[in-house]
Amino acid sequence: MHDKTARLTTDEYTQVAPVVRLVIALLVSAVAAGLAYAVSSLPLVTTGLQEAVAEQMAQSGVSHPVTAVLLNFRGYDTLLEMGVLLLALVGVWSLGSAPSSREPPPGAVLEFLTRFFAPLMILIAGYLLWAGAHAPGGAFQAGAVLGASGVLLLLSGWHLPASLAGWPLRLTLVAGLAVFAAVAAGVMWTGASLLEYPPQWAGGLILLIEAAATLSIGATLAALFLGGRPEDSP
Amino acid sequence: MTPVLLYALTGLGLFSLGLYALIVHAHLLRKILALNVMGSGVFLVLGGLARRVPQGAPDPVPQAMVITGIVVAVAATALALVLMLRVRAATGRTVLPDRQSD
Amino acid sequence: MEQTTIALTWGVVLILLPLAGAMLAFLFRRVATLIGIGTAVATSFTAVALARAVIMDGTLHHAVGGWGAPLGIDLRADGLSVLMLLMTAAVGLAISLYAPAYFRDESRKAEQFWPLWLFLWTGLNALFLSADIFNLYVTLELLGLAAVALTALPGRADALTGAMRYLLATLLGSLLYLLGVALLYHGFGSVDIAILAVRVEPSPVVWAALGLMSTGLLLKTALFPLHFWLPPAHASAPAPVSALLSALVVKASFYILLRLWLEIFGTLGEGVDTLFGLLGAVAILWGSLQALRQTRLKLLIAYSTVAQLGYLFLAFPLAVTAGATAWSAVAYLALSHALAKAAMFLAAGNLLRFGGHDRIADLDRVVQRLPLTTGAFALAGVSIMGLPPSGGFIGKWLLLETALAQGRWGLAAVMILGGLLAAGYIFKVLGHAFTEAPETHEPIEVPASMEWAALLLAMGAVLLGFLAVPALSLIGIGDPFGASEVMP
Repeated sequence: MHDKTARLTTDEYTQVAPVVRLVIALLVSAVAAGLAYAVSSLPLVTTGLQEAVAEQMAQSGVSHPVTAVLLNFRGYDTLLEMGVLLLALVGVWSLGSAPSSREPPPGAVLEFLTRFFAPLMILIAGYLLWAGAHAPGGAFQAGAVLGASGVLLLLSGWHLPASLAGWPLRLTLVAGLAVFAAVAAGVMWTGASLLEYPPQWAGGLILLIEAAATLSIGATLAALFLGGRPEDSP
Repeated sequence: MTPVLLYALTGLGLFSLGLYALIVHAHLLRKILALNVMGSGVFLVLGGLARRVPQGAPDPVPQAMVITGIVVAVAATALALVLMLRVRAATGRTVLPDRQSD
Repeated sequence: MEQTTIALTWGVVLILLPLAGAMLAFLFRRVATLIGIGTAVATSFTAVALARAVIMDGTLHHAVGGWGAPLGIDLRADGLSVLMLLMTAAVGLAISLYAPAYFRDESRKAEQFWPLWLFLWTGLNALFLSADIFNLYVTLELLGLAAVALTALPGRADALTGAMRYLLATLLGSLLYLLGVALLYHGFGSVDIAILAVRVEPSPVVWAALGLMSTGLLLKTALFPLHFWLPPAHASAPAPVSALLSALVVKASFYILLRLWLEIFGTLGEGVDTLFGLLGAVAILWGSLQALRQTRLKLLIAYSTVAQLGYLFLAFPLAVTAGATAWSAVAYLALSHALAKAAMFLAAGNLLRFGGHDRIADLDRVVQRLPLTTGAFALAGVSIMGLPPSGGFIGKWLLLETALAQGRWGLAAVMILGGLLAAGYIFKVLGHAFTEAPETHEPIEVPASMEWAALLLAMGAVLLGFLAVPALSLIGIGDPFGASEVMP
């Protein structure tokens, strides 16, 4: 019977002989040197797209340039990327159900800190979402903090109640992408392009999208941490 | 050596180290970590070179690209880790079997 | 070349429709199959509508968000994109009609298949319509992760390890590509292909980006010697998934490489085209020889993919002087290979279902008991071998003609040898289809939809041979290959 806890020996960690390792190291170093030469040949000062963004900021609906790029100018990338995140979850769920937790009950410190931190983290997530319009922040940052609070809860032994593990969970996971796609397509109704927000509503639409996205991203990250379909979901 | 060049070269260094580790190591977790290190290297190059603007805030477009890239990397890493656990459950080992001789 | 800003709405629908379908199939698990088939039919019709629009109005552009490059992202549909989208629609529709019967006895796998497959289709459509290299990265990831999850679906050890190897290879390819994107952006200030085409000039940055992006895309397209991940993954995946992988997913990264080459890197890559041609030639010979050696049908078909992909790279050295002909031939080859290879994998799936195994030597008189499936395999084989009248014949004939006209006897010889070897492994399979196996077994019935899906695809591959003129004129819309005519 294979001893699953046996540590691999050093030779098993690497699969190639020392000589081959040296050759690979030399090749990779050569590639690195070439890339370094290419990068050093770049001009030291250049504006890139900074000015183009600054010119259009007034129409973007937000006052932070990164948020404007992420949710407006290059919002299509963000839409697809949310699809990638949901896809990863669907993929993880297709691989099997979550391993049943055999962990011992959390110690007193973890339990206390979780009860202290988790609500704070949710609050911070809400703040980050709101702040994204004028400062660094936004849907992904808020969603990451929200997901982290979910992970903390899971680590302290909390389980999603069975009544929420079916439809409510799935709806939450899909909400961000669905709202984003709906808004992206909806604005085309008036003859505009995909994702062309009417300038006077741009700020509100972006906030709406980000709010739904924050919830979805947080839920998705916490669900990914589980590593499989939730036990109560058939 | 300007700070910008330092970031970019560090990013390339991470990329190369990760590439070496990916090729050489057999354990799947090491390969996945190597890919993450490579990803961090690419993001460092993308974000670091954005500071070359003459004045004002750094170029926001590469920063947005990095955010997108990080989310994609997280998604891919999650899938890779769960797949690794399934491989281990199915084969008992966390290394890929020797490729069929071809 | 016409530019209409609100045009290409069909293109937008083509991207959003399978995305919506994926979400709905995820939410409404019980009716996932119905949602899947419905979305597949609607998406196929949309692709045809888009094709009609492009045929009537020429190349169509769409500035997402109304901003336009370099600030925003542009979508673009010219003849080549439309050809790829139609290819995706044809194979996708066939797969979608095959899958319900294939997963009939495994309802959970069926529920998981549809969202993953529809996400894959979204990625493909978004990829073929995109004109922005960073956007292409995101679509590549969408494609890659969906493909990996689909490969791992059976849950067997070989499928899981094949999927893991595939995932590692595809992620490495994406990272190499992304670093190239980073260098191009920081070197030239944009990630839009049209703008880069204008701004790019020979410099260390461009050479580095060319090397990185080519290596990454070659890894994803499984060109020799970076093909190691393909046979285990394509062979152990479920039959409809193998069809998708060989027919569509590997063509997507090739498409990106082709675009980048035509618009950005082509005039800078002296020597690189020779390298591609050489690797392509080796891939043809190596893949075909390996296919001959196989005892399992799905592995044989997978190695055949490795070989056929080599043909696509022969165009690089040939296009230096013959430009549009070589590229059109390759696009045509990609299309006919997609139909033929998908048909082959679906046929293999039928044989696997029928006999419970895919050992070539033990195919038990299937020509009598599964005539439709054997017919599908034979017709697909006709196209793979490059026999007239099939799409494969037209593509290979054009390439051969170009090679002979340029005096490239070596490449011509490789092509002819590749065709002979292909005949070898196709007839090896067909030969066993006529013979009786040592031990007979209780055959399991194969549903009609599975047999017909395979047969229709194979017939399509052969019919392509008669559609050469309209297809080639479609490819030429927007003159995607024109850039390579202008040589310094």
